[in-house]
Amino acid sequence: MLQWRLKAFAHWLKLEEPKWPNVTYPPINYQDIIYYAAPKKKEQLNSLDEVDPELLLTFDKLGISLNEQKRLTGVAVDVVMDSVSIATSFKEQLSEIGVIFCSISEAIQKHPELVKKYLGSVVPMTDNYFSALNSAVFTDGSFCYIPKGVRCPMELSTYFRINAENSGQFERTLIIAEEESYVSYLEGCTAPMRDENQLHAAVVELVAMRKAEIKYSTVQNWYPGDKEGKGGIYNFVTKRGICAGDHAKISWTQVETGSAVTWKYPSVILKGDYSIGEFYSVAFTNNYQQADTGTKMIHLGKNTRSRIVAKGISAGKSQNSYRGLVRAGKGALNARNFSQCDSLLLGDQCGAHTFPYIEVKNKTAIIEHEATTSKIGEDQLFYCKQRGIDAETAVAMIVNGFAKEVMNQLPMEFAIEAQKLLAISMEGSVG
Amino acid sequence: MLSIKNIHANIDGKQILKGINLEIKAGEVHAIMGPNGSGKSTLSSVLAGREEYEVTEGEVKFLGKDLLSLPAEDRAREGLFLAFQYPVEIPGVSTTNFIKAAVNEKRKYLGQDPLDAVSFLKMMKEKMAMVEINQSLLSRSINEGFSGGEKKRNEVFQMAMLEPKLAILDETDSGLDIDALRIVANGINKLRSSDRAILLITHYQRLLDYIQPDFVHVLYKGKIVKSGTKELALELEERGYDFITEAADMANL
Ligand SMILES: Nc1ncnc2c1ncn2[C@@H]1O[C@H](COP(=O)(O)OP(=O)(O)OP(=O)(O)O)[C@@H](O)[C@H]1O
Ligand SMILES: [Mg+2]
Repeated sequence: MLQWRLKAFAHWLKLEEPKWPNVTYPPINYQDIIYYAAPKKKEQLNSLDEVDPELLLTFDKLGISLNEQKRLTGVAVDVVMDSVSIATSFKEQLSEIGVIFCSISEAIQKHPELVKKYLGSVVPMTDNYFSALNSAVFTDGSFCYIPKGVRCPMELSTYFRINAENSGQFERTLIIAEEESYVSYLEGCTAPMRDENQLHAAVVELVAMRKAEIKYSTVQNWYPGDKEGKGGIYNFVTKRGICAGDHAKISWTQVETGSAVTWKYPSVILKGDYSIGEFYSVAFTNNYQQADTGTKMIHLGKNTRSRIVAKGISAGKSQNSYRGLVRAGKGALNARNFSQCDSLLLGDQCGAHTFPYIEVKNKTAIIEHEATTSKIGEDQLFYCKQRGIDAETAVAMIVNGFAKEVMNQLPMEFAIEAQKLLAISMEGSVG
Repeated sequence: MLSIKNIHANIDGKQILKGINLEIKAGEVHAIMGPNGSGKSTLSSVLAGREEYEVTEGEVKFLGKDLLSLPAEDRAREGLFLAFQYPVEIPGVSTTNFIKAAVNEKRKYLGQDPLDAVSFLKMMKEKMAMVEINQSLLSRSINEGFSGGEKKRNEVFQMAMLEPKLAILDETDSGLDIDALRIVANGINKLRSSDRAILLITHYQRLLDYIQPDFVHVLYKGKIVKSGTKELALELEERGYDFITEAADMANL
């Protein structure tokens, strides 16, 4: 492991930070970042009275229970037995059917053969600047292994992984679905995370074998900075899955509302014949937030299919870009892609951009791309107000309608929370 | 119920309403007629609280309250309803959800609990029958791709659902086929009651054949230049506006 990390570090030193995303941010001083803070104890607070009241207000709006609020804010947790005990009973249930779900550091100890085989197999350490950095210094993350033929009976969520609170800055996630297995994985939490770490450079790798299906859902709500654009997280994530076997399927769903700068392209390599890749995304930016996000669908096998539905919502002075690559390799006979990119503008000081890249090396491939841009108009708002619906509620309704197709991909409970989250992020964005 | 005194209003610096006076009592039906561009829709927008319009003079009392000081959404919640001449499409928001939000926002404002799903559905069924609206419309995005007549019918359906104190219907009859006109007019008649007032903006006598107004007013160049009873509308139908507008122009010379 150490060798692997050192190699990654040596490689990282040779690289330069990417400049192509449609985002701007002050240079990061990589020496200033504390790379290893584990066991990173958050400051222990004695009661919720010590917590930032604005944060508590947000929790209330989200309907998060008191105990959960304590856990999330790092209040001493003796009362908070519910989530821990739930987590434990889940673990027992999972191990009965052979599912491994643990932290990646635990996996390195207990399942070295699996980690060795797959870690870095989808996102090589040399892949890009931030993945090299992550490979060198990653602290923790999740590991999932679904054995052959097993349909994981519950949503696996970092939420239920004990100590998930501290899995911060350089997270590493590895999910392996053996033949004919199925897993749905939820990353993140709709609660706002006030994290002092400026840079987040996570790496997520998914491996789906023949007829396996992985559904990976994210709700990202890192601190976006204040209304003037001060502070906030730089979220530079590398996420990639491979449909290694025939008829495999990988589906990414993301709801991105946080971070000052987001730079993220969950991708699928469609290697197996008849494999399917999907990407559903809602990216909301407000104030001075910048998001450059999208996907890559790399069609290699025959009869592979991919579907991209990206919805960008921009408010305030934010910039929201979709950047997507669809590539059909020489052998990708009958590859099919359908992409739909829609932008919704709130106000006229924000920006929405679409950068689709298409590379086709096989004549039988059919790639379709549709894009729309719309703006919430005064007429629409007045119509709503005349019915007694105030502007803020009206905008939330319109945005939820706009994002519905993506939200519907999320597991039920998550979708409801994500909807509330969107509404909260939008507060104050209507004049 | 509604008392309009000497209202003057501008849009983009252009004066459109030039001193309107109108008294409407509970239970009454008033019709406003007048040539295109005379300011009928402007008056309804001003009453409903559209911010683009600047009221430069005059006052409006609605149920004893100073209407002009209320934001548009509160005017609606107080019981003022406007059926739009051109209903707006809102993609992605289902008609049912939209109306449910509207009903519950109003209830919240009045300090009532939100309607639960069952009672809401029951109410929907009832009012759907009243205006004979097709259920399939209601699960679609509001007004999106609706035909002209469907949009108008949807406006009257919303009026039925929101049970307003004062309903302003801006050319709700335009674009309706003969059967639809009868059905919509019947729906509106069913909504007539002693504690509700209706202000009908229309160009055509045929609507007034169905919905008999208590008073008819002619709006011309931003002023009410003639008021009368339902016979005035019949006279207009026969003679056109000329005899009134010419007189008004003469008076203004
Ligand atoms: N933004 C604007 N700037 C200048 N003039 C405007 C503006 N909006 C409306 N008007 C004018 O105001 C006048 C009144 O318009 P309004 O829509 O109230 O007429 P109306 O009586 O409802 O007509 P119709 O019978 O055709 O519906 C028209 O001459 C119109 O062109
Ligand atoms: Mg008009």
